Amino acid sequence: MQGFLRKDGRKGIRNVVAVAYLVECAHHVSRLIVQKSGADDVHLIGFPGCYPNKYSLEMMQRLCTHPNVGAVLLVSLGCEGFNREQLRRTIAASGRPVDLLVIQQSGGTTRTLNAGLDIVRKMRAELATQTPVPMALEELIVGTVCGGSDGTSGITANPAVGRCFDWLIEKGSACIFEETGELIGCERIMASRAITPELGREIEACVDKAANYYRIMGYGSFAPGNAEGGLTTLEEKSMGAYSKSGSSPITGLIKPGDVPPRGGLYLLDVVPDGEPRFGFPNISDNAEIVELIACGSHLILFTTGRGSVVGSAISPVIKVCANPDTYDRMADDMDVNAGRILRGADLDDVGREIFDLVQRVASGELSKSEALGHQEFILTYKQFEPIGPACLPAA
Amino acid sequence: MTSFAKEQGETDKARLPPLLLLHPDDNILVARRDIAAGERVELDGETFDMPAAIELGHKLARRALAPDTRVLKYGAPIGSMKIAVARGEHVHLHNLRSDYLPSTSREIDPNSKTDQDSH
Repeated sequence: MQGFLRKDGRKGIRNVVAVAYLVECAHHVSRLIVQKSGADDVHLIGFPGCYPNKYSLEMMQRLCTHPNVGAVLLVSLGCEGFNREQLRRTIAASGRPVDLLVIQQSGGTTRTLNAGLDIVRKMRAELATQTPVPMALEELIVGTVCGGSDGTSGITANPAVGRCFDWLIEKGSACIFEETGELIGCERIMASRAITPELGREIEACVDKAANYYRIMGYGSFAPGNAEGGLTTLEEKSMGAYSKSGSSPITGLIKPGDVPPRGGLYLLDVVPDGEPRFGFPNISDNAEIVELIACGSHLILFTTGRGSVVGSAISPVIKVCANPDTYDRMADDMDVNAGRILRGADLDDVGREIFDLVQRVASGELSKSEALGHQEFILTYKQFEPIGPACLPAA
Repeated sequence: MTSFAKEQGETDKARLPPLLLLHPDDNILVARRDIAAGERVELDGETFDMPAAIELGHKLARRALAPDTRVLKYGAPIGSMKIAVARGEHVHLHNLRSDYLPSTSREIDPNSKTDQDSH
């Protein structure tokens, strides 16, 4: 594998120019810059809200200094609440080329677009001169998420990703699994896998927090398609989702934007702290993917039974299809047919296929969603307290 | 894959048991593929005629289950029975409830005062 070395010592498997809108009012101009650049490695990210929010600023700082990002163009309308200067300083301090366009100062849509295209062209030319350096599996961070789960997910794709995670962790990678609201019912088993009893108690407490949060919201993380695919209860879905974590000990409990300090298995707590203020923890799968990426994930293993087509800005998404019938219908969108386990294939063979593909995609091969141009991105309001001292026990 | 290997594969597929027992403690089985009503399947070593069709990924009762029975899948509890079901019967939203949070479907509004147990 090869990666692009960043000033902080991390390496990226892609060299993306991120164009970031800092309020919805700058979204269209930013999108035009991305579209008219005509380049697949120019990605659109952003935050829609006009009110300042500590979480969204931290997330944007993490995302804009993600190892897969080589340079950033910020696009502001001018009057929004986002702290664009702090974001710009953080990016500049990371050694990345960064520029800021303020639409109200640039003179509107067309002038900002033209200026943006010029900046992006120069940034891409500069990135093209960077030479990749060797990269090892111990420098890789992989996140996993499931979307459109059904009755096959917990039997095929999720345990196959779990095998892949076990092998990656053996090689020193950091692997992140998440959505504590989709792990309700697994808290005791998870706690027993924690490397310290104190971490185990933190894990149980964060699942309790998730259960309480969703109870107030009135819905668990359970969509109609889950039921149509044979899943009946939240804890049933949880048990299936949980198998993505494999069998390694749980090294730490992190929150969005926390980068794993070393290899091992990490649980990402995505449910906000405090009383619910901004609605559902993650309004769709891409909100979870964005948080995994903010934690430094170089690539994402996305398991799906019903059939999701999404990818992501910044980090490639590999689709592992759990349901063989879905695979037959949507093969163009799926990287791995884990559903063949139901037709007699061996779980370890599918796990090995995912493990090999992770290394190929990390080496530059495009995943299906990447090749199809999927670059979904969503970031909304949240609030978090920092993790407690027991969450990352010293190795 | 050669056409011979492909035929072999499909023969193997036809021979695979259509019901999966995921854990020895489980009291439900999972359909490995769509199974038609009346299809003869093997259930714990006995042949059994499916009372109704069941879709891939759905569950059926491994044995008769009384109300409030804890349902086990992967060897872990996934909820409790709302009503009694017979062996081989489809186990889903109409007869199984969460012990945590109610599930949602397109037909049921979880915010309505009538909870899912009344459906």
